[in-house]
Amino acid sequence: MIVLENIVKSYPNGVGAINGISLHIERGEFVFIVGDSGSGKSTLIKLLLKELEPTEGVLRVNGMNLSRMKKQNIPKYRRKIGCVFQDFRLLKDRNVYENVAFAQRVIVTPTREIKKNVPAMLSLVGLAEKYKCYPRQLSGGEQQRVALARALVNSPDILLADEPTGNLDPKISREIMKLLEEINARGTTVLVVTHDQDIVNTLKKRVIRMQKGLIVGDERESGYIG
Amino acid sequence: MRLSTIGYCLQQGFKNIWRNKLFSLASMATMAACIFMFGIFFCVVQNFQHLVKEVEEGVAITVFFEEGTEEDTMIQVAKDLQTRTEVREIVFVDADETWKSYQKIYFKDAPELAEGFANDNPLANHAHLEIYMKDVSLQQDLVDYILSIDQVKKVNRSDTVAEMLTGFNRLVSYVSVLIIALLLAVSVFLISNTVAIGISVRKEEIAIMRLIGAKNSFIKAPFLTEGITIGVIGAAIPLLVLYYLYNRIILYMALEFNMLSSVLNFLPVNELFHILMPIGMALGVGIGLFGSVFTVQRHLKV
Repeated sequence: MIVLENIVKSYPNGVGAINGISLHIERGEFVFIVGDSGSGKSTLIKLLLKELEPTEGVLRVNGMNLSRMKKQNIPKYRRKIGCVFQDFRLLKDRNVYENVAFAQRVIVTPTREIKKNVPAMLSLVGLAEKYKCYPRQLSGGEQQRVALARALVNSPDILLADEPTGNLDPKISREIMKLLEEINARGTTVLVVTHDQDIVNTLKKRVIRMQKGLIVGDERESGYIG
Repeated sequence: MRLSTIGYCLQQGFKNIWRNKLFSLASMATMAACIFMFGIFFCVVQNFQHLVKEVEEGVAITVFFEEGTEEDTMIQVAKDLQTRTEVREIVFVDADETWKSYQKIYFKDAPELAEGFANDNPLANHAHLEIYMKDVSLQQDLVDYILSIDQVKKVNRSDTVAEMLTGFNRLVSYVSVLIIALLLAVSVFLISNTVAIGISVRKEEIAIMRLIGAKNSFIKAPFLTEGITIGVIGAAIPLLVLYYLYNRIILYMALEFNMLSSVLNFLPVNELFHILMPIGMALGVGIGLFGSVFTVQRHLKV
């Protein structure tokens, strides 16, 4: 599903964020990517979202070579990838329902389907009752659930989560990770970039460890090795 | 694009305008000022052209023939000249008519003095052609051509007024074009600024849209809606004001300066706005669209 072959990403100032990594992630896998700040984790997410182009190497997702992808096909590709971030990135002037519906609106889903899909997704993340609330009226955990609902409402093949529990307390973090597991169990490939040792150790999933732009560890059912 | 999506994009465009109320208003005001000035110049230029045309139509070239030239020959010359594109109308005035009109002018107060010439037309050799032109600016060519005809003795023309009016009309047109161009540039700049602010306010939303997989057209549509709406409102208001004012002014001139009515013949409001309305609206939409497209291309690297 996700194949990286000798990927190098250097910035124009000469700094190398990723210095030649190869990786293979199967469909339906749950993978943690761990590592210190500056290890290249977020750059990897940006490469997968096609926000950045690799300097060298081949990056394939669902069989598509991202380097050869035409500009006009990028939106279609991104629709198959859901993403959540540490800072939630919700639209503050719209309520919960509108935030989730926004993702469907963007990909031109008919209104009657939006009206069906959004409540279903809010039920999945446990926020059906709070559909009228605005982000400022929600706790951090609830906001991340809204972000998750938004990421999932378009039924993506892959879910990318960049520090999804970074701003949350341990209890809420566990709830969010439980949700991610449920989503993974439904067949979505989940990639989680995190610093959270407890979560990585609890879930016992595949862990890819990065350091200075290189993969220094890739173990199945591993724990967090600092 | 689905109807609901078009509706959504329009709604977002209007929301953008509401969010940047102050800048949107400033853009609309500049646009309104620009279209208002354009409208004024347009009215002035159109009326001036109308006036010039009327004067031109009244200006005639008079062609006199050599002594002894037959009337048939003169009529044949007239027929030949009529085939020229710059000629609107040719009137043949025979010797008797010439003498009659001369009497009307010069013996108006003492008609008895003219009776002495009752059987002897002193202007017997003054049958002539009066040529009215479509475009006075082509007069010189025509005069040169007429002078090259053998039977023609003399050509009189009175084109000073027309030439002066044409020259002044050209000057007014040039100045108008310059001022309008400057105002249009200012309008484009302000609309561009408003849209740029809208883009910066919605930066986060745009980033999210991109990540979710929104097409470029979906991201750009609200900003284009914003630009066009500002353009439409900014054009409609001054055009309506101008329509009202023009009507009032020609009514006022007709009532207060009745004696000038033969000289100052204004174009009817409907005839003028039949052209000005679509041009003004197209300008508004065009500037709005250009300003927003230009800014979206510059600021939205999607």
